[in-house]
This record gives sequence, C-alpha cells and structure tokens, in this order.
Amino acid sequence: MSFVEYSECIQEGDVVIIFLGHESMFPVKVQAGAQTQTRYGAIRHSVDLIGRRYGSKVTCSKGGWVYVLHPTPELWTVSLPHRTQILYATDIAMITMMLELKPGSVVCESGTGSGSLSHSMLRCIAPTGHLYTVEFHQQRADKAAEEFREHKVGHLVTVLNQDVCKDGFGVSAVADAVFLDIPSPWEAVVHARTAIKKQGGRVCSFSPCIEQVQRTCAALAEHGFQEICTLEVLLRLYDVRSVTLPLADLGPDDPAQAGPGEAPPSAASAAVTCRTAIAPREMAGHTGYLTFATKSLA
Amino acid sequence: MENNGERFVEDQYIIKEDDFVVLRRGDVYKAVQIQKKRKIIFEKQWFFLDNAIGELYGTTFDVVSGGSLHPRKAKRAEVSAEIKEAGMDNRNIVDDGKSQKLTRDDIETLKEQGLKGQEIVQQLVENSTTFRDKTEFAQEKYIKKKKKKYESAITILKPSARIMALMYHGREPGKICYLRYDTLAQMLTLGNVHAGSKVLVFETCAGLVLGAVMERMGGYGSVIQMYPGGGPARAATDSFGFPPRFQQTLHEFPLCKVSALLAGTLSLDEEAKGAAGEASSQPGAALGDREEGRAEDMETRATEPESENKEKERAKESKAQEKKAKMEERRKKLSAAAALLEGRNADGLLIASRFQPCSVLLSLLKLVAPSRPFVVYCQYREPLIECYSKLRELGGVINLRLSETWLRQYQVLPNRTHPVLLMSGAGGYLLSGTTIECDPSPASGSQRPDEPTAKRRKLHASEG
Repeated sequence: MSFVEYSECIQEGDVVIIFLGHESMFPVKVQAGAQTQTRYGAIRHSVDLIGRRYGSKVTCSKGGWVYVLHPTPELWTVSLPHRTQILYATDIAMITMMLELKPGSVVCESGTGSGSLSHSMLRCIAPTGHLYTVEFHQQRADKAAEEFREHKVGHLVTVLNQDVCKDGFGVSAVADAVFLDIPSPWEAVVHARTAIKKQGGRVCSFSPCIEQVQRTCAALAEHGFQEICTLEVLLRLYDVRSVTLPLADLGPDDPAQAGPGEAPPSAASAAVTCRTAIAPREMAGHTGYLTFATKSLA
Repeated sequence: MENNGERFVEDQYIIKEDDFVVLRRGDVYKAVQIQKKRKIIFEKQWFFLDNAIGELYGTTFDVVSGGSLHPRKAKRAEVSAEIKEAGMDNRNIVDDGKSQKLTRDDIETLKEQGLKGQEIVQQLVENSTTFRDKTEFAQEKYIKKKKKKYESAITILKPSARIMALMYHGREPGKICYLRYDTLAQMLTLGNVHAGSKVLVFETCAGLVLGAVMERMGGYGSVIQMYPGGGPARAATDSFGFPPRFQQTLHEFPLCKVSALLAGTLSLDEEAKGAAGEASSQPGAALGDREEGRAEDMETRATEPESENKEKERAKESKAQEKKAKMEERRKKLSAAAALLEGRNADGLLIASRFQPCSVLLSLLKLVAPSRPFVVYCQYREPLIECYSKLRELGGVINLRLSETWLRQYQVLPNRTHPVLLMSGAGGYLLSGTTIECDPSPASGSQRPDEPTAKRRKLHASEG
C-alpha cells in the first residue's frame, strides 16, 4: 500500500480505510495482533485484515460488517484527523487541474495544515515530482511529515517548519506551481515568484474572504503575474429517491353519466411514482475563492 | 553530465518545428501544429509561425506586416498610466454616435501605415470627444475594450489539460458533450488517476478526457481506451503533443467486443480479420467473409495465365504481405489490450460519452478490481439516476454519489469586485463510487443468480 500506488492485498503496516456506511469511515494502521473497535464490533487485524483483498467485506465480532478499502487521497480527505480547516475534493480537483500538476511537477505549498491537499498533490506528481510544503506550526509540520512517511510518500515531499511570509519556501526557481492557503497570501506572493522556474509557472491562492482576494490580486499584478482569474466552485450533491405524487381529481367529463351519489372509485387514490434526484435542503454555500495566475517568462 | 541534464530540461521549453502548441489571444485559444510556411488563421488574423521556432514557450508575439511573428521582449508602458483627466459621472455623456472623430477608413489607414495596436488605441483615445468626461473606471474599461480589438498580441503556450479543456469548452463544447472544465477536473480527482495505474476510459469527447488522463499518468502505467464504432477518436489527444513514449502506454479495445470478452468467447483471429475489412461484430459473418475471400483469391490465381508478368504478381504479393503484417500488428495490439482487460483488475474507470451510460457502465465495471473508483459523466441527470438505481439494486459498489459542480468567476478590482455578469449554467453531472469485492458467488457464466432481496435491504440500511 502507498498513497501513490495501488496494491491488491492488505499487508502489515498499511493504512486502510474502514468503511462503515455512507460518508462514515475512518483510517486504521494495520498491526499484527491489534484490534479495532467499531459500532459493529471488533476487527482483529491478523485474522480480518492481513492478507485480505482490498475491497472485501469483513464481519465484525458483533455480526455487523464493514468494507476495507485501499486508501486514496479522496478517502483520506474525508477521514483524516483534522488539525485545521481542510480543503475538500471539489476545490482540490480544481486546484490540481488549474495548476497543471502532473508526474514530475515540482510544487510549493503553504500551509501544510492537515495535509488534505498535500496528499492529492503527491498523487498527481509521483513518481518523479517533488512537493515542498511549508507550515509555521511546529507540531502540525511534524505530524504531517510523520503521516507522509506512514503513507509511503515521504520520499516525494520536504516539510519545512517556517513562516512562508517571512522566509519563503526555501527554494528558488524550481517550482512549476505554488499554492497558498494562508491568512495573508499577498505577503507571500513575492516568495511565490522566487520559487517559480524562470520559464514560468502557475500560482493559486485559496482565501475565504473577498478582502483577502482583492489584496492578493493586487499583489499578483504588482509582481508581474498574468492571466489573474478568481473563481469559486461549489459541489451540489443529489439524493436519488422515488417520489409519489397523488393525482388531482378533476371529476368526470360528463357528471350526468355518473350515478347520483356514486364517487369515482379510482381518482381519489390514484398517484404516480417517479425516480428523481433531490438536492439537500442545506448545502455548503461557500468554501473559499480560488485565485489563479501565471508567471510568464522573466 | 549535469550540464547535459540541464540542457535536456531546457529543451522542453523551446518551441520546435512539428510541436503541437496552443495560441492564445485574450481568452481565446486555438491548438495548432508548428509547421513552416503554413498560414494560420486565428481571430480574423492570418500569420505564419516560422519565427516562433527557437523561442521559448510562453513568449508573446506581435503580428507584423506580411504575417510574420515578432517576439515582444520588454513590456511597454500601459496607456492607462497616462490618464490625467476624468469626469465624475456620466450625466454629460450622450450617445449620439459622434464622439469618435476617427472614421472606419481613418483607422484602416492607420493600420496600413503600420501603426501598432497600442498606438491605434492611443489615437482613438485622443480623438474621442467624450473620453475626458468619462469616469476613471469607464476610461479604463474603454481602453481595455479597444485594446482587445486592435492589439494583436498572440502568446504561444505548451498544451495542457487545463488549456485544452478551456479551449474546447469555449470554442466547441458540442464536441466534448458539454463537459465543463471543472467537471473534467472532478473526474480526474474522483477517479484517482495517477502514474502507474491501469485506467479504463470510454469517452466521446474528441479524446479530451483521454488526453487529460494520459497527462495525469505521465507515461507510467496503462490506459485502455474503449471505443465505439470503427476506431478511437483522438483529435484532442493528438493536440496534447505527448512524447512518443506515452504511445506505448495507450491501448484500445472495441466496445463491440466487450460482451464477448466478458463471456470468454473473444476470438482474436476473427477480430483481426474484421478490423482489416469492415467492422463486423458478428463472429459468424466474419468467418464467412474470410472463407469467401480465400475462395476468391484461389479463383483469380487459377484463371490467371502463368505467362503473365511476374512483377505484377510480386507487387501483389508484397502488398498482401504488407496487409498481413498490418493485420498481425493489429492482432497483436488487440491481444495486448485484451490481456490487460482479462485480468479484470483495472484501477479505475472513467466514462464520458453521448451514449446511454447504464449498460456500458455495468459491463465495464466487471473489468475493474475491487476497492477502485469509477466516475461517469453525463450531460443529463436522468440517465445517471437510472445508473444509480441499477447499481443500488445489483450491489458491488459503495460510496455512490450523484453530483454536479457550480462554477462562478469573479471580477476582482479595487472597489468593484463582483461575480462576472455571465456564468455557465450547466457543467454536466457525475456519478461516482467505489467498487467492492463481489460476494463469493463466482460468476462463471454470463448469467448471474439473483441474490435474495433481504440481503440488499440490509446493505442499504447499514449504508444509510
């Protein structure tokens, strides 16, 4: 198992995703002899996990069952331990494509936070790219580095514990892309420019507030970035359901034909059923604005 | 050693003859191949790309007289910096069509004199009677609008999934089933497309989805394109200009052979024959064809007098040999693709087609390993509702999700930030999920025994 390479069967030391039901899952590190408690009972690692095929159904001690899944950055995003606010797959998808990440890309990121985006980026740039991720919070930086090693992507990433606004990314003229998710991105724009290759590259800044976006855009323009574009992407999930609609009774064509006092037998109870997709009553209406720009040739 | 490596790295940033590139003017893109002395028409302008060869990707060019490109080196001062006077509001501005003193002909004359776009815009500003009365914001807008019209700067870019998706969505959305770029981005992420995996792609988006998948895989692993009809469509894929090594990771398999493959009745010899001639989906017909062909061959040979010149015979023979070699090549490729599929262990499945997705999805899912993602795109919601219901009924997948993304762009300017006035109304729908191991009822035949419904209900209950 690795976050950047699939394997067929579960081995000791793997991180697997235990899938309990819709949107309910958690990661587990597989260790011989260990047990994990779920609401359906215990899972014994040696018997229930090691050697089993990813995607198989595991019966827990109380008789309920769960599925064990191969970790992916997307499953990790919805099951990781939160140390900060995190980015979700919808924004991540946009960021990775608009930054043009691919195998071999060199990326700079700040802050690392809980590592949700980092895992997705690593998946895109493996096996030959590299991620420099800068986090000013010591504990978070250490924890992220530990997770990267555990997920067998440690060789693709350098974690730096420093303030990107003051100290930059620790590299210059090597990056194809830079990503900023910090409170004052405009202060780091100059460091983004330093980090990007002289042949040019892409930059993205994620900010929840429009005031941040305005200052960032101004800073980007000032530092010679082009194609500055701010956008917002929202996920709309649908619930597939059958709905039954009663038919309204308009009465018979000719009332004279119907017997006096005799109610039409079917109209009152008639109904039609259809399959439809319903949007939830409430949905996430805002995550953040994504500002992209290109650094052209020097 | 290091120097060599660096030169190699540098090399990919230089525009070369035969490169596939993308031209950009403002927000408009066009994919072309760099060929000498070839006239390109883009945004009502014509020019030649000869001068671009040897320049770096990302260079902006001016189109000069005679249609040649001239690289723009230093940035010139912006016109907007020269604004001195501005009005308070628009109360004194009347739309009488007389504010611009320069006529159409005047402007044409300026152009013929070889004035650059920037200079023409300057002339327009100077000859506008109302420009000084406009507010500062309106002046900026006016200049921006005129610049767009008269400045002919063209930037040459290296193709990427982002640029190709933006280009197709902007220019020819019908060719890519109206797949919006944010939706494509979701597909790549939800499908966990990455280097080293084995991905199945079925698309009718001119090869855009295939190209985006190949870019994400970087020439590591394998992509199997399932194609409908006579052959795979890859116009957009070609425009990505992938290095030759990517071709070795790309395989193709005809959709009309999927049922046979799943039933274990696929015969490769038949297919080679079928592919060489007409696409015949019926094994019987293909067999008949072949026998007929052979008989005919013998007949002609028999009636031919032996005295006929041997050269004709030889030419015929070499042609036949060539044909045979081609057939052999096809057969090899097909058998390689079939071998990849027969393992039924693909790492992902992406579908984005104009076809009804349900039957394709159900068939192709059988070729995917457990605990792997799949994503289906459809321009419409209803077919995906059908897929969702069917998959819920049959099982074998979890994490089913029907979704759509909304995309909104913003104008960001000091004190004038707001959403862009026009937005895309629809980007299409996605159904995604994760495969799981089928219950131990080995599907030996094509017929699968129906499972008891109680079990299914239990699954739903635990999922809900």
